[in-house]
Amino acid sequence: MSGATVTSPVETRIRAANAERAGAFVGYLPVGFPDLATSIDGAIALAESGADVIELGLPYSDPVMDGPVIQRATQAALAGGFRLRHAFEALRAITAAVDAPVLLMTYWNPVLAYGVERFADDVVAAGGAGLITPDLIPDEAGEWLAASESRGLDRVFLAAPTSSDARLEAAVAASRGFVYTVSTMGITGARADVDSAARTLVGRLREHGVSNACVGLGVSTAAQVAEVLGYADGAIVGSALVAALADGGLDRLGVVARDLASGTRGPGRAPASR
Amino acid sequence: MTTTDARYSQPGPYFGAYGGRYVPEPLVAALDELSAAWEHAKTDPVFQAELADLHRNYTGRPSPLTEVPRFAAHAGEARVFLKREDLNHTGSHKINNVLGQALLTRRVGKHRVIAETGAGQHGVATATAAALFGLDCTIYMGEVDTERQALNVARMRLLGAEVVAVKAGSRTLKDAINEAMRDWVTNVATTNYVFGTVAGPHPFPAMVRDLQRIIGDEARAQLLERTGSLPDAVCACVGGGSNAIGIFTAFLDDPGVALYGFEAGGEGIDTARHAATIGRGRPGVLHGARSYLLQDEDGQTQESHSISAGLDYPGVGPEHAFLADAGRATYRAVTDAAAMDALRLLSRTEGIIPAIESAHALAGALELGRELGPSATILVNLSGRGDKDMVTAGQWFELIDRDAEQS
Ligand SMILES: Cc1ncc(COP(=O)(O)O)c(C=O)c1O
Repeated sequence: MSGATVTSPVETRIRAANAERAGAFVGYLPVGFPDLATSIDGAIALAESGADVIELGLPYSDPVMDGPVIQRATQAALAGGFRLRHAFEALRAITAAVDAPVLLMTYWNPVLAYGVERFADDVVAAGGAGLITPDLIPDEAGEWLAASESRGLDRVFLAAPTSSDARLEAAVAASRGFVYTVSTMGITGARADVDSAARTLVGRLREHGVSNACVGLGVSTAAQVAEVLGYADGAIVGSALVAALADGGLDRLGVVARDLASGTRGPGRAPASR
Repeated sequence: MTTTDARYSQPGPYFGAYGGRYVPEPLVAALDELSAAWEHAKTDPVFQAELADLHRNYTGRPSPLTEVPRFAAHAGEARVFLKREDLNHTGSHKINNVLGQALLTRRVGKHRVIAETGAGQHGVATATAAALFGLDCTIYMGEVDTERQALNVARMRLLGAEVVAVKAGSRTLKDAINEAMRDWVTNVATTNYVFGTVAGPHPFPAMVRDLQRIIGDEARAQLLERTGSLPDAVCACVGGGSNAIGIFTAFLDDPGVALYGFEAGGEGIDTARHAATIGRGRPGVLHGARSYLLQDEDGQTQESHSISAGLDYPGVGPEHAFLADAGRATYRAVTDAAAMDALRLLSRTEGIIPAIESAHALAGALELGRELGPSATILVNLSGRGDKDMVTAGQWFELIDRDAEQS
């Protein structure tokens, strides 16, 4: 089976968002926070509030890319008894309820422990679109590239402001769905300014023929979503959604998600835009 | 038996199926920069001369090799020699690695260093080098460890370092590493991460090994000079594995020399409270490398336990995973109790108070000596001194004395 002929659900969805609006809103929530049922309802609410793509985070004991908000939520999920099978349960329930494609975002060791092939099979069976792998670089991803290729799963690798041209080229070649464009040097968490480095990096990725570049890390307001969509194909929001769910439950999550989604309707709405 | 067997010497980034780089993309450029700088420095006579001068005139190398016959009487009467890394400036082998990485920091033009620390010895060594080289320094230490190694926290602060008590997760070394990585990812333009052991992503396992191999290189020559022959066995404690790799490397291609790593058995490897990563772990990925680790069936890292903060780590360096699988080195576990007994024994028989980490190697040597008998020569890496452990040792032996009186 050739991966090139398989259409990526995530890519299709991001293209559609760019045709209809300024671009895609990609929203992150972890499984199992504050509990499994609420996390499923949260992801469904997120899609119903306008998220084009859902990133479902898999809680992990050593989340080196995550800031305090997501760390607290995923630690609480683990303390609450999160198990890997809950991720597939959640994936199945969410994909049955909404059209938005769902990617699992996972550190690599849980996948290794489960078995890469078996993990890929269960993602397919649960209706998932693929994986975002924050601590797996294409250089070490041989097994996953093969497993995702044969199953037509999306695979999202990261690109960073410090990545060399050769590495950007490798990220573009290895990724399907989108390239996770790290806006700034750092970890997840809200920031007052989304770095201008993101704009430069998206430009560099375009030179390497990227089809979809989505910008994440630090994006937390509708104005920032609009700003990012001025040059990127999607804006990824995590900590702001997790904080909303933590502080105000599903109601607050819906309010924040709808506001963030309004950023996809173009710079006209955003106060900070030119 | 072959005379030389070079297949055990692996340059990295891979050690058999282990090692590599399982890190977020933003760190790759810094790791590439560090790899290139180290490749150059390794063979640069100017760098090597600077480092040799620091070893000699700052650290006090070569460290002595001490024969300990009164201790050895309890080890099946084997001959036992200690490689005295406890006598290094700052009190452990950690300084060997840190001075090299501090020189490298200057070479790559960065002005700030960060480090993780468990026992505090690597943190103290890094704070020391930062003071010496005029670098800003932040040390990440699990909150649990800041309590059990309070003296080292004070030392680091006195040396001008900022000490951050990490409250996430198990609040020990693994969480300190996570926090240091987050700092590095954020501040990589100005900051070098001085990693303390032979774990982590490439180039750390290879670079730290290269910087620590001086222990075994010296000890091999010293022992040959003293006894005319190589040891039958080499013993070291294994946390991440830097002092062990440091003393093993010189002997890797000596097939007659058995290599033993002693992991922390905590309250026993059949309990949940130990740090026997190779003994009880499975291969997986933690902190940037593929190696053995303590993990549950979902791949979540399990909390380790050891009375020794420096061995209380659920991972281990990838080269040890390779040596274990290849059968070149043997890894055993030593319980808290056995290590503390060995600590007291060395103190009373030889007037040397070892670090609790190093006491695991001593306990292992006692066991091994009884197995090998009086004709054997055993070389033990005494990786550090016990000053930092006096609170723990005081509490431990008070309890034992009180129990003993009651029984
Ligand atoms: C004296 C001493 N020995 C051993 C260790 C364990 O580290 P490694 O296994 O890297 O030698 C430490 C760590 O803090 C230490 O302080």
